[in-house]
Amino acid sequence: MADQAQLLPGTLDLLILRAASLGPLHGYGILLHIEQISGNTLLIEQGALYPGLFRLVRQGLLKANWGTSENNRRAKFYELTTTGRKRLREETDNWNRLVAAIASALAMRPEEI
Amino acid sequence: MRLFASLRSLATALFHRSQVNAEMEEELRSHIQHRADDLQRSGISRAEAERHARIEFGGYVKYKEQSHEALGGNLLETILQDLRIAFRKLRKSPNFTVVAVSTLALGIGANAVVFGVMNALILRPLDLPDAKNLYMIERGQGSQESSPMQSFPDYRDLRDRNRSFNGLIAYDIETAGLDTGGNPSAVWLYEASGNYFDVLGIQPHLGRFFHSSDERGPNSAPYIVLSYANWQSHFNSDRGAVGRTVQLNKHPYTILGVAPPGFRGTELYFNPDFWVPMVDQEQVAGASGLEDRAARSTWLVGRLKPGVTAAQAESDLDSIAAYMGKAYPKEDGQARFSLVRPGLLGNMLGRPVRAFVSGLMVLAALILLAACANLGSLFAARAADRTKETALRLALGSTRQRILRQMLTEAVLISIAGGAVGVLASLTLLRWLSAWQPLSNMPINVPVNPDLTVYAVALLLALASGLLFGIVPVRQVLRANPYQIVKSGSTGPAGRRFSARDLLLVLQISVCAVLVTSSLVAVRGMARSLGSNFGFQPQGAVLASTDLDMAGYSGDRLTVMQRRAIDTLETLPGVTAVGLIDRLPLSMEWDEEAVFKDNASDLRVSNEAAEPEMQAVSPGYLRAAGTALLAGRNFTWHDDSKSPRVAIVNQEFARELFGSEGAAIGGYFKKQDGRRFQVVGIVEDGKYKTITEAPEPAAFLPILQSPSSSTWLVVRSNRDPQQVAAATRSALRGLDEAIPFTIQTWDRHLDSALFASRVATASLGVLGGLGAMLAVTGIFGMASYSVSKRLRELGIRIALGAQRKEVLSAALGRAFRLLAFGSAAGLILGIAATRVLAYIVYQATPRDPLVLAGVVMTMLLLGLLATSIPAYRALKADPLMLLREE
Repeated sequence: MADQAQLLPGTLDLLILRAASLGPLHGYGILLHIEQISGNTLLIEQGALYPGLFRLVRQGLLKANWGTSENNRRAKFYELTTTGRKRLREETDNWNRLVAAIASALAMRPEEI
Repeated sequence: MRLFASLRSLATALFHRSQVNAEMEEELRSHIQHRADDLQRSGISRAEAERHARIEFGGYVKYKEQSHEALGGNLLETILQDLRIAFRKLRKSPNFTVVAVSTLALGIGANAVVFGVMNALILRPLDLPDAKNLYMIERGQGSQESSPMQSFPDYRDLRDRNRSFNGLIAYDIETAGLDTGGNPSAVWLYEASGNYFDVLGIQPHLGRFFHSSDERGPNSAPYIVLSYANWQSHFNSDRGAVGRTVQLNKHPYTILGVAPPGFRGTELYFNPDFWVPMVDQEQVAGASGLEDRAARSTWLVGRLKPGVTAAQAESDLDSIAAYMGKAYPKEDGQARFSLVRPGLLGNMLGRPVRAFVSGLMVLAALILLAACANLGSLFAARAADRTKETALRLALGSTRQRILRQMLTEAVLISIAGGAVGVLASLTLLRWLSAWQPLSNMPINVPVNPDLTVYAVALLLALASGLLFGIVPVRQVLRANPYQIVKSGSTGPAGRRFSARDLLLVLQISVCAVLVTSSLVAVRGMARSLGSNFGFQPQGAVLASTDLDMAGYSGDRLTVMQRRAIDTLETLPGVTAVGLIDRLPLSMEWDEEAVFKDNASDLRVSNEAAEPEMQAVSPGYLRAAGTALLAGRNFTWHDDSKSPRVAIVNQEFARELFGSEGAAIGGYFKKQDGRRFQVVGIVEDGKYKTITEAPEPAAFLPILQSPSSSTWLVVRSNRDPQQVAAATRSALRGLDEAIPFTIQTWDRHLDSALFASRVATASLGVLGGLGAMLAVTGIFGMASYSVSKRLRELGIRIALGAQRKEVLSAALGRAFRLLAFGSAAGLILGIAATRVLAYIVYQATPRDPLVLAGVVMTMLLLGLLATSIPAYRALKADPLMLLREE
């Protein structure tokens, strides 16, 4: 558990959008992708994904269709809408700026302040 | 159409919701299956894999709930859910529900009844077209003593000279004998000026009304307009009744028409049989006062012209009064006029009725306040009991908002149920009140049927009180710290010296003590007035009353007939005395006349020495009525029109006119017309108009010197009153079948005089009883709650050898301290409040040791009653059982 990090508030939506940008994925698939891309370092309960998914659909960032999965089970597949794609770009830029700012702030040595 | 549309949208919302719900279920399950597939591939059994998958998924219901909220959370759905939960919870605690609902029902019911009465008597204008422009004209203004009684000549002046009214009507209430064919009976009617219906703006149901144009001098308009109720009950709704001729006091009258249903004239409390034109007063009432400016027996109501205010109209009337004062200085020297609300004899009935009903409304509001305080502590106790549950729910991720919303839903449900029960109960009571005929000898009845306002007020009150006191425990919930509570199992640091719940209980008890105090004061006042001396002995006397002009008697025939009736009744077996009086005391008919000292020369009303009740009696009256003759002599049949005029006066009269009782005998007084009367006897004081009046002067005159067709025969006997009543009836019928006599015992007849006091006492008594009930439930709730909370502690104390006294004081000491505190506060407030009661209830004084002791005793008894069960439980606390339980 020690090497797993709590998710910052609001970042789950960003991760979902990122995962969904890889093509139509069902909920479990999105979860696997998030675990993969984060290198299993993020700790989320699996069910916590769904309120986020529904919220993004309601905001019009994702669209969902029922289909059949690789395991031959019925599942709902999510993909980005155009506004979703735009939002992902913006959020990613924001995030990168934030991370760069925080990182440079933390990297400063005491005499530089 | 709109209703249908909204129903349809509700249905689709619900249907849609279930579809969304099913999809969500499927999706979440599909997720768990996919995970289980993966886990299975890593080599564990399918069942094991599915179990792991479910654990990894986390709180399934919680996430489903959050997903719904993420979808925009259906408000209607949450409300329905809250309602379901509230229903379930209330059903699970039936004791709480029943107590809360019935407490609120009591409060709301009491308020709905009192408000219904207030609405009917005070708030609602008369049920007439454009009633807000109608005003009664009273004599007297400002600090002057005012009276609605006016003389007919004054009416003519006011009607013809004013510039403010579209129309001015005159009317009064009279009784007469009606014969529709071999069945003479006494009826009650309005004598009305010819413009009556036209000014009020009423259209006939059948036939036509009489108009001003029908009036052509005395007895020129022998017409009757039936009331709808009378047409139904006495003429079987026969359309042919219109045009028929009937005998009114032996004079032929024609039925002109029928008034519309619901129209009962210009007085709220009076249910007339019909209307006749006032010009027929001589035939209808036996004598005409229409040309006598001093005979004030008429009531006036006017309809203001549009745009004229009441103040403008009053100054207009004042200028007429100035003219009248100059033209008729003797009668109208000081005349001033004022406009008052019509419907209850102006201010004469209106003022006391308004004062009384407003007082009742205040008391009813207090009841509701007490009920609400009770509800508040109930809700607070319930929330305290559910602290653990609340903490658990908070810990499991429920929001405080959600918990509060559910609590409020519960409060609203309780208040709606309580309000509905209360309104239903009050409906029954109001219906019954509306149909109630309190007086046996007069068609008095007050329709207080509730209208929409009453329902709306009751519902609003119920909701407001439920919500207000349902949120009492909000702070408890907002402050709850789930971690602390779940860990320690208690609400945290206890032992605050004074909680909101204690405050509510003190408030409730003091309110109840106020109610108990006022009802005891009222009951005591009633007991006193019943025990006070009426100046006559009603027990064992039978009354036969009539007005001989109904059968066409007048002049000499009148006194001959009266004498014959007395002689006949005296021969009945068992009869010890028979007397005759023209206006029986305490029978709602009185005549006050100005009298002057013998040496007075300027006989204006402003110079009067006294205004005594005047009544004419036969020689046997004093003995038959049981009125004690204190000095001088009684009348004889020789005190007739040929002998000197004499009078018997009461003690108060003697004191007011002659300074002392001793000086009165042999002294003289004058009436306004200058006639002198010599006082020959003095009788004890009595009650004449109401039993609550202060001592009034009264004078009795010999019936042969002031003849009157109005006849009350008092028959005293030592036999069963019912037998005597029957014998009296047949004896009188033997004299003249055409005379309609009303026969009843004097005790029964007095009911009407005691009516107002009885109603006041009964309503205050009921409110006091309600207050006492609420006090009991409040103390009981508080005591049993604190005992059940501390049962374990009490058990330990008993195990350690505590005495019964110590256990009781530990368990109930607080309840009793609060009770004492609240009662003391309530008693002081109650004493202050009962000053108001003194206006209605005879000799209502709270500074009566019996009342004070009564209140203290009552509150103590209520406390004992309410705490006895909890005390029993505390004493029975079994340490072994209790310690084993946890």
